[in-house]
Amino acid sequence: MSHVLLEKTDHLSDTIYKYQKGKHVMATPSSLVLRSDLGFEAGKREAILDTWDRQIADGKVTVRLNAEVTGIAGQSGAFALTLKDGSTIDAEAVVLAIGTQGNPNLLKLPGAELPHVQYQLDDPTAYVDEHITVIGSGDAGIENALGLAADAAQGNIVTILNRGTEFARAKGANVKLLEEAEADGRIFVRRETSPLEVREREIVLETRDGQQAIRCDRIIARTGSQPPRAFIEGCGVEFTSADRAAFPKLSPSFETTQAGIHVIGALAGYPLIKHCMNQGYDVIEFLDGNTGLKPADEPILAEKFAGLPGRHTVDEWLEIFRTRVIILQELSPLQMRELMLDSTVHAYARGEVIFTRNEPGSSMFAIAEGSVLVEVDPDDPSVTVPIETGSIFGEVGLISGRKRGSTIRAAEPTVVVEFSRLAALKLLATAPSANRAVNRISIERQVLQIFGAGLTPADIADLVEEAEVVSVPAGEVVIEEGAEDKDIYIVRVGSMVVEKDLGGKPVFLSYLPAGSYFGEMAVIDGSKRSASVRAAIKSEVIRFPGEAFNALLDAKPEIRERALADMASRREINDFIESRKASFGGAVDMYSQTAQFLVDNGLGEATDVLLIDEQLCVGCDNCEKACADSHDGLSRLDREAGRTYAHLHVPTSCRHCEHPHCMADCPPNAIHRGPDGEVVIDETCIGCGNCQRNCPYGVIRMDAKPPAKPGLLSWLLFGAGPGPGEASYAWRKRKAAEAGESAKLAIKCDMCSGIEGGPACVRACPTGAAIRVSPERFLTVARLEEEVD
Amino acid sequence: MASLFSRREGSAHAEIEERRSATHESFLSHRAYFWARVSGFLSLFVVLTYVLVDVEPRHNGGSWYGYTLGTVGAGLIVWLSWLGVRKRRPTPGSWSLKGWTSAHVYLGMSLVVIGTMHTGFQLGWNVHTLAWVLMMLVILSGAYGITVYATLPQALSENRREMTREQMIESLATIDRQLEAAAQPLARKDADMVIATLEQDVFAAGIIARFRGPGGRDATRRALDHISTDRAYDDDADDLAQQKVRALLGKRAAQIDQIRRQMQIKALLEVWLYIHVPLTIALLAALTAHVVSVFYYW
Ligand SMILES: Cc1cc2nc3c(=O)[nH]c(=O)nc-3n(C[C@H](O)[C@H](O)[C@H](O)COP(=O)(O)OP(=O)(O)OC[C@H]3O[C@@H](n4cnc5c(N)ncnc54)[C@H](O)[C@@H]3O)c2cc1C
Ligand code: HEM
Ligand code: SF4
Ligand code: SF4
Repeated sequence: MSHVLLEKTDHLSDTIYKYQKGKHVMATPSSLVLRSDLGFEAGKREAILDTWDRQIADGKVTVRLNAEVTGIAGQSGAFALTLKDGSTIDAEAVVLAIGTQGNPNLLKLPGAELPHVQYQLDDPTAYVDEHITVIGSGDAGIENALGLAADAAQGNIVTILNRGTEFARAKGANVKLLEEAEADGRIFVRRETSPLEVREREIVLETRDGQQAIRCDRIIARTGSQPPRAFIEGCGVEFTSADRAAFPKLSPSFETTQAGIHVIGALAGYPLIKHCMNQGYDVIEFLDGNTGLKPADEPILAEKFAGLPGRHTVDEWLEIFRTRVIILQELSPLQMRELMLDSTVHAYARGEVIFTRNEPGSSMFAIAEGSVLVEVDPDDPSVTVPIETGSIFGEVGLISGRKRGSTIRAAEPTVVVEFSRLAALKLLATAPSANRAVNRISIERQVLQIFGAGLTPADIADLVEEAEVVSVPAGEVVIEEGAEDKDIYIVRVGSMVVEKDLGGKPVFLSYLPAGSYFGEMAVIDGSKRSASVRAAIKSEVIRFPGEAFNALLDAKPEIRERALADMASRREINDFIESRKASFGGAVDMYSQTAQFLVDNGLGEATDVLLIDEQLCVGCDNCEKACADSHDGLSRLDREAGRTYAHLHVPTSCRHCEHPHCMADCPPNAIHRGPDGEVVIDETCIGCGNCQRNCPYGVIRMDAKPPAKPGLLSWLLFGAGPGPGEASYAWRKRKAAEAGESAKLAIKCDMCSGIEGGPACVRACPTGAAIRVSPERFLTVARLEEEVD
Repeated sequence: MASLFSRREGSAHAEIEERRSATHESFLSHRAYFWARVSGFLSLFVVLTYVLVDVEPRHNGGSWYGYTLGTVGAGLIVWLSWLGVRKRRPTPGSWSLKGWTSAHVYLGMSLVVIGTMHTGFQLGWNVHTLAWVLMMLVILSGAYGITVYATLPQALSENRREMTREQMIESLATIDRQLEAAAQPLARKDADMVIATLEQDVFAAGIIARFRGPGGRDATRRALDHISTDRAYDDDADDLAQQKVRALLGKRAAQIDQIRRQMQIKALLEVWLYIHVPLTIALLAALTAHVVSVFYYW
């Protein structure tokens, strides 16, 4: 076949080329056979790159390096590819395997198009006597800032902006260098600052104390990169939706909507190397006319479907799911395959439980055959609501990240598809109609769940019709104290903080997790807003117009009663705090500030966090030691690191976020929520470090599992081995050299999942300083009681 | 207030949460002073029976009453010593070290009564009394332990100011690098003072110095005193070079003080264990000797 392999850089496989030296590359999933002619097995980066270079040379592949394609014009059979150097190449068919590294994120600010905004810094020594602002607090931004300020003789005034207070996204070593440079006065670090507008020779900043303009001759923006979507769309290829996470629309033979252009690999939504290589093989086979080729994942799907009743083939099952389940109807066969790879299927007998109330779970289910019953009343399992074939359930857990709201059983022999959180999110991002359907259903169900039994979907149809999903950035006020508006809200994603102005200071009243409603007081009794509600973290609320809600209350007196009861208990809390404020003002302020501190440190999105009461902590580090000794000899918590307020310390340890940032971009999808709500990384981790970069709290470390230590008694009696706790780096390194290197993988707290008795850190604390709390249990006025008494 | 904060929850998962979260209570007030009450009643009971039970000719370790107390006491001592193993073994199971420490502290105190009543106040210069004395010393050191555990953590936290140990050392290293650069323009004598501070080994001060804490005179403070006199160099009218060095020396002294204070508090929190534990081992040995001799020679 006449072909040419075009590569932008001066070497092949740039993504892998850029891995750190000596990285152990994993060849997952192991159940997938490698079809391609190039060899690939787990091993060192260098060995893999060598093998490929050699095999490419031996296989006489025509390669053209330093050939970045900037545009593709023409039709199937007669394409013209433009290269960056201006030359063109003619082709009958094109396969895009350009990965997702893509191009840098552009600033979205007024003035961002001005010529002194740039996204790359090739030569930091090229600028002299300039005021330069670096935007982006990751490694790239910090390294650029350091480079620009390295030589004082250049006379640059370098400022780096950080939206937060800490540089959690960057490597520790870089942060240290930056802090040193700051202390030396070589770099100005502006924390809690974000850019607002770019002007000629000036940049306007949003700081904690308001807006401010500083001189600025050059802006270097390093805020991550975007998939090369615009380029691909420019070639006439359509994507499945406008969402950032969407992929190109593809046929089963990887052909895009532009006939003759194919997309494979990470760009097609398959980020594992083995998938990429197999698809490279498949797509060439297809182009060569081998249309009967079955996809390499066929056996995996066949195994998944093996347990289902009624002997259907994989293709038949895919078609059954696609045609029966409403939210899948838009998908292409290739998308169905991809979706099913990340999903599971189950067959249930009549009466079997699918999940139970209060069980953690963030997957979503769709009914392909049969139907299920939802037990809506926690006290009476006989009160049920049916859900029919083709519909979905479990979406509340998916959207809010909270526990299951009710128990669900199969009403008859039933076949369901369970979409993992990631698969479901991908589906919603890529299929707009699925997104709309799920949104509507979830709003309806959330209302039913909150206002309880006795309501039917018909009762609330009007309310749901008028509902609107609003996203609220962290800190933004949804309801302002004293205002006259009359809407009612449900927290759909994230959490809210309720505050009241007492004596000129905002006093924390309560914390509202996802699934709570607020704003009912003004609606019910027509009063002004009695407190402010603002988003603790980036959240989504559902807004209902007050009249529609009032209409519902008029029609359903029992709902009014429930709402009144809730209102009374909220009033009681408010009154209690107000009365305390009068007599114990200091304690109330302290309580408010502590609550705010905890919210700032991630409690607002946490499900379970480790706190240390430094009035009790004797610094024995037994928590860390116990953690290491119950987890392969590596501690997942750093007790001393982290912030402290009023002796309450939030150590560096996983918060088990409701919507874990770490899960966002894990190629093998190795991060899950476990049965007790813990966020865990399983053994399929390939060590890419994405999760470490994505976690805003810096709790993930990449390390190799050390060899086993001698037992406790031999240490106690004979001093053998390094003793309890994490062995020193030197010991681990020496032992690893003896035992043979193992891969550095991502490790983090798993809440001692599977260990009877619960988290070792808490159990091992001799003084009771270490506690684990969930925000709604900890951020209550009960704490105020504790403080005062 | 309980009704205000009641929550509806599924029992199975509520249980998991319960197990996981451990209440926010110190080891001393654990389970509403359960072990304090147990220990109090036990001691009271022993004192009362000691007074009421009539042992002929007089109370001593060899009577049936003395044997009972002796067995209970020896059992307690062995169990109390087991804390050293428990602490270092994060095995599965629903134990909490806080609960253990709480019981340890209060039951350990009750040994004062149990052990002493066991002797029937028949003390002398022998291995039996040695065991009793060692026991009392262990208990005494334990009592010191809980006083520091109750009072020092707050100071530790305040002194730390959110810095980790590594960060403190890092910070010192950074200041040193800056000092080295800043000292370049200084006159020979002044520069020598600065170099002397850089050469000073902040950590090799020995055990005594660990307890002495911050504020001590050392090369840094000497340099600070020396350089902070009012005498600008001729070629540096604004005294910029010296001012910069002075500021850095001040920072360095403060950083050293923080580190020293940290080491001091940690030392105070730990030192008693270096008495408590070896004495426990000695006690176990003396106790064995005591028991063996009783059965062989009594
Ligand atoms: C740190 C890290 C560790 C990882 N570890 C593993 C692992 O252990 N195991 C695993 O299976 N996966 C791993 N992955 C994922 C995997 O590396 C990628 O998903 C995979 O390399 C994607 O392959 P691809 O062929 O789709 O694209 P890429 O490997 O990104 O290749 C695209 C190539 O196209 C070139 N290119 C881009 N645009 C143009 C253009 N316009 N013109 C010409 N050429 C262009 C690029 O320079 C590049 O060489 C890891 C990822 C990272 C970031
Ligand atoms: C004869 C009685 C006692 C014996 C044999 C004994 C023994 C021990 C031992 C072996 C340890 C473990 C130390 C370690 O390994 O780090 C310990 C710890 C401790 N003991 Fe005792 N002890 C006794 C009485 C007491 C008393 C009376 C108190 C308090 C008043 C006390 C307070 C403590 C405390 C606070 C700890 C530290 C717990 C920790 O930090 O983990 N002990 N004891
Ligand atoms: S590791 Fe994941 S779940 Fe844990 S704190 Fe970081 S982002 Fe949240
Ligand atoms: S767990 Fe983290 S390091 Fe491991 S593969 Fe997933 S994102 Fe990469």
